[in-house]
Amino acid sequence: MGQQDLIRAVETEYMKDRKVPEFRPGDTVRVHVRITEMKYDPKQRKMVERSRIQPFEGIVIRKRGSGLGATFTVRKITQGIGIERIFPLYSPYIEKIEVRRRGKVRRARLYYLRDRIGKKARVKERR
Amino acid sequence: MIGLLGRKVGMTQLPDERGNMTPVTILEVGPCTVLGVRTPEKDGYAAIRVGYGEVPQRKLNRPLLGELVKVLGEGRKTYPARVIREFRVDNPEEYQPGQVLTVEVFQGVDRVDVTGYSKGRGFQGVMKRWGFSGGPMSHGSKFHRRPGSIGQSTFPGRVHKGKKMPGHMGMRRVTVKNLKVFKVIPEKNLLVVKGSVPGPNGRVLMVKAR
Repeated sequence: MGQQDLIRAVETEYMKDRKVPEFRPGDTVRVHVRITEMKYDPKQRKMVERSRIQPFEGIVIRKRGSGLGATFTVRKITQGIGIERIFPLYSPYIEKIEVRRRGKVRRARLYYLRDRIGKKARVKERR
Repeated sequence: MIGLLGRKVGMTQLPDERGNMTPVTILEVGPCTVLGVRTPEKDGYAAIRVGYGEVPQRKLNRPLLGELVKVLGEGRKTYPARVIREFRVDNPEEYQPGQVLTVEVFQGVDRVDVTGYSKGRGFQGVMKRWGFSGGPMSHGSKFHRRPGSIGQSTFPGRVHKGKKMPGHMGMRRVTVKNLKVFKVIPEKNLLVVKGSVPGPNGRVLMVKAR
């Protein structure tokens, strides 16, 4: 086995039990992110670790990398402010990725959406 | 306390038990063959002599071949003697010549030291080698990547010893201490440590348990 194959083999161990749906740039996805935080519990009178799930929905504007190190960027507009989040594709923090809508786009990186607002920032649906 | 020889496979990132992506280096460690045991009674110190990497018999010189034949027997096509090193051990009685050690010796070990030779960089100037600032690149300057003054005047009338000057950089023995063992994968002879280790991928390294 070559060097890269050995690295891949180790990475695969961490990837196999993560189910990642098929999606492309232009698709609208809902990412369920597990957030773990320390919170004060008055009953136990100490800080307790609590986790909750926060969804983040937006358009995928980029997918990059291969193997365990692959990431994708989701863009959404909240209160008139564009927000982009980069997620590792195989992150254990991601509980679930829902594909809400398939988009029809003609490039791999949708950076042009950053310069557009309102109606112009839409992506056609793929049938 | 034990050490083995291995080689650097490469780096990647893996999620730790909390799910945070962690930079790790994958090392292929062993299998190493014990070629000799040093005991305090006989040699004055306790160590094991291990060999790593198969070498065809015809490439070995006679004195070394003699030693290997004594331990492993005659008529082998290859002998594990590409690199031979000694590692100090606490209990030399536990090892016999001929015994094969694998990464499993690192099972349960929390931290390791990794020694190897860093990437060779050739003859380098003072900016890359020592981080000097150099001079301005524009505004009519003709003083770009030079070291500047290297000393005083008539007194001391010489350049101080150890003055940082251009010269050969890299390919020097470097030890990275206290690396956390991330994972041991005995089936593939792999040891995954957190952080980086010296040298390019494929370089032979010494891995010592702390």
